[in-house]
Amino acid sequence: MNTLIVNGRHVKAREGAMLLEVIRQAGVSLPTLCDHAALEPWGGCRLCLVDVTRNEWDGWAKMVVSCMFPAEDGLIVRTDSPRVVETRKVVLDLLLARCPDTPLVQKLARDHGIEQTSYQPNPEPTDCVLCGLCTRVCDHIGVSAIATVNRGAGREVAPPFHEAPPDCIGCLACAEICPTSCIPFTTSDSKRTIWGKAFEMVRCTQCGRAFITKEQAAFYDGRNGVPASYFDTCDECKRRAQAQQFSRLSAGAGR
Amino acid sequence: MRIDSKAQFDSAVRNAKKAAAGRKLDILVCCGTGCLANGSAKVAEAFAKEVEARGLAASVGLFTKKTGCHGFCERGPLVVLKPSGVLYTKVKPEHVPEILDKTVAKGEIITKLLYKNPATKKPVEQYTEIPFYKNQTRVAMRNIGQVDPTDLEDSLAHGAYAGLARALFHKTPEEVIAEVEVSGLRGRGGAGFLTARKWRAARKASGERKFVLCNGDEGDPGAFKDRSIMEGDPHAVLEGLIIGAYAVGAHEGFIYVRDEYPLAVVHLALAMEQARQRGLLGKNILGTGFDFDVKISRGGGAFVCGESSALMRSIEGKTGEPRQKYTHATDRGLFECPTVLNNVETWADVGAVLEHGGPWFAAMGTEKSKGTKAFSLVGKVKNTGLIELPMGTTLRHIIYDIGGGILDDRPFKAVQTGGPSGGCLPESHLDSPVDYEKLTEAGSMMGSGGMIVMDDRTCMVDVARYFLSFLVEESCGKCTPCREGLKQLLVIYDGLVAGRGKPGDVERIERLAAGMQLGSLCELGKSAPNPVLSTLRYFREEYQAHIEQRACPAGICRDLTAYEIIPEDCNGCHACFRACPADAITGESKKVHTIHQGKCISCGACYTACPTDAIRFFPKVALAAAASGGQGGAS
Ligand SMILES: Cc1cc2nc3c(=O)[nH]c(=O)nc-3n(C[C@H](O)[C@H](O)[C@H](O)COP(=O)(O)O)c2cc1C
Ligand code: SF4
Ligand code: SF4
Ligand code: SF4
Ligand code: SF4
Ligand code: FES
Ligand code: FES
Repeated sequence: MNTLIVNGRHVKAREGAMLLEVIRQAGVSLPTLCDHAALEPWGGCRLCLVDVTRNEWDGWAKMVVSCMFPAEDGLIVRTDSPRVVETRKVVLDLLLARCPDTPLVQKLARDHGIEQTSYQPNPEPTDCVLCGLCTRVCDHIGVSAIATVNRGAGREVAPPFHEAPPDCIGCLACAEICPTSCIPFTTSDSKRTIWGKAFEMVRCTQCGRAFITKEQAAFYDGRNGVPASYFDTCDECKRRAQAQQFSRLSAGAGR
Repeated sequence: MRIDSKAQFDSAVRNAKKAAAGRKLDILVCCGTGCLANGSAKVAEAFAKEVEARGLAASVGLFTKKTGCHGFCERGPLVVLKPSGVLYTKVKPEHVPEILDKTVAKGEIITKLLYKNPATKKPVEQYTEIPFYKNQTRVAMRNIGQVDPTDLEDSLAHGAYAGLARALFHKTPEEVIAEVEVSGLRGRGGAGFLTARKWRAARKASGERKFVLCNGDEGDPGAFKDRSIMEGDPHAVLEGLIIGAYAVGAHEGFIYVRDEYPLAVVHLALAMEQARQRGLLGKNILGTGFDFDVKISRGGGAFVCGESSALMRSIEGKTGEPRQKYTHATDRGLFECPTVLNNVETWADVGAVLEHGGPWFAAMGTEKSKGTKAFSLVGKVKNTGLIELPMGTTLRHIIYDIGGGILDDRPFKAVQTGGPSGGCLPESHLDSPVDYEKLTEAGSMMGSGGMIVMDDRTCMVDVARYFLSFLVEESCGKCTPCREGLKQLLVIYDGLVAGRGKPGDVERIERLAAGMQLGSLCELGKSAPNPVLSTLRYFREEYQAHIEQRACPAGICRDLTAYEIIPEDCNGCHACFRACPADAITGESKKVHTIHQGKCISCGACYTACPTDAIRFFPKVALAAAASGGQGGAS
């Protein structure tokens, strides 16, 4: 097992872990916006920057994003070196300028001593921090309905041609993963909307609750061996049915 | 016919040379992109037609050929006569009969078509005597302008693939790498990484499938060295790639060509086809059993696509966006396989290194920067163009001897090297030798060899702003410091040039710059602050003038600058009146003229037009001061 030193504390790392995991294990808090346990690390927000060095590096250190740097044995990690702290502050200051009205960004900035941005606040405030989680989760489930468009300062998340995305299945994964909850959607018993697209819901044949969009059911039909009948009932009713079956079985066993 | 052994290769070269020697007289018409834009295709056509009509091939052994870019595009279309070496500039189709009648038939020189040395005002006959050419040492560009890039035989006659033959017939892959190591060759595309070290790492990396890639993205605005090489001598690029593939054990390669370079694509594709037919590319190269083939990949068009990880993503068919990587491409690059990526010029150097040997290459240059380097010299110099020089040449030699000095003999102010994320060096650096280390120490970089010369009428704050405005569009926007940092830097600079600078701006700029250097994901964001930091380092007083006095010392920032006529110096020539686009100048012929401040848009056209230097500029704030009864320079 790899052993590392994080801000002076020895920590053991799981095989294949990235530094960020080890840092959190050590009880050190580090802000992150683009990291998510379910997704490949991406390294875009730059908040998780740390200094790493080794005894044999003679005091030389390099700055890396901890979400993507492997937790190698013998690494000495600092999350609080002056340049790391300063760079993190500049990044947060810039994010606050981009998202001046966003509570999460305001909180992160305040936690790092920034009440107001030193730069020009965005004349068109947005809540999107461009963490890319939404597009990556959509890629991850295999839909890729949305993407980042435009380079540089004009970058944004959008469906193709800014029109209702034909591929979107209305699963809401993007909206749910968004750290600032800035992807609007509506969902009700009959209808769901997201990205300007409207979806019809599938109702549970047991309880009648709308639990999934038709497009979702169609998308998963046959995938990974899922039969169409799987979507006849909602998760809750499935669980209930299972529990009943189980209690029947155990009751039978006890008899 | 396929070449399948050393003996066959030698005889192919002998035949090609014999054929070339049969051409008693050669007329070389430059058909690089620059000259084509000036109409050289028509010139070449006119020559071909006349030569044919007059039966000159049979009677005097006269042939014509279309070559690649000489680098002297500004004077194009260029025509060189061989063997005499006479160079004609700005040639038009109507000059063709005259050239054949006089120069070819009688040996008479047509003076009006010669290049005139601006220093001596004398015409120069032979191109080898023109300072622009005379002072160059060409390695990567050795055959450009000499060979017909669409004719493999012509290239063979000029030594193409001699390096490849030496590598394949006489050296093991390790020995090839050792030769490149001795040459000291470093990457010509940016960071200047030792080429041999990269190759060795890829050779040692485990994996069956390996790649060699050629970076022909050339996204720097104004740069065109890689284009010239790919268009003008595609076989030099192929030869390098094949040698590199042999050295690292790769069997597949890609040439990533910027989408705006259609001629390069055509010439490369043709060269590949011809090389395959002769057994120089593809299966069982030169009968040695070594297989290697290459494909062309058309670039996505963005500057950032030239960055290593973005380029590989782009070839993989994904969005050309940089990826954070803590493994080297030589271990895991294209399709996660060991990959060597080198610049076009680097690859073009490789063949020469193998042909003439590492020590030959290492004998040129400085201690740590060996060989020669291509530069594109642009801006306020008399001779702009593409040049190749030994490393360690001084900036002064480049700007004054090759470039012919500053346009209109104005004072030199700065030279920007290294492309958009390079830096600006002041006069005090003119005598420093140009190599990787010196440029980096001075706060700039080699980059791909761009050089923009600036005269005294250049505002360094405005220059930094210009590069920021380029980079803010080219940042991919993936990471926060680069995307938001560039945006905010530009906000600050827009304020500075508009007279809204505030105390503390310089400190805010420096803090942002440091954050971007340390925090950005890729080299674009890390190096983007260079133009900012180098101008702050050498021209800090200009920033102070903008902020504290609301003044642009160079008189460039319009919002800060006003113009007026000095009555004693005005002879009433009316030139300024004609130049002014805003009708802000009045005055009768032969009488003193006046600029009306309310109408003047501070474009400076009158200042440039005035033959007697009777117009001066001064800080606009003085106008307001004068209007409110204070002291000021305004009339
Ligand atoms: C934003 C950016 C743009 C780049 N553009 C180019 C380019 O157009 N051509 C090039 O050869 N290298 C370019 N590079 C450098 C490459 O990443 C890489 O270092 C180079 O191709 C390696 O080849 P070399 O060792 O022969 O120089 C660029 C780098 C960055 C960060
Ligand atoms: S709701 Fe649509 S865009 Fe969002 S993750 Fe699901 S499929 Fe992708
Ligand atoms: S919409 Fe939300 S999840 Fe998507 S990039 Fe913006 S902040 Fe991240
Ligand atoms: S530094 Fe700039 S170009 Fe590079 S990944 Fe970040 S945003 Fe993109
Ligand atoms: S160009 Fe100069 S000299 Fe001529 S009228 Fe204008 S100010 Fe006078
Ligand atoms: S969490 Fe590591 S860069 Fe965003
Ligand atoms: S294209 Fe002819 S000299 Fe450049």
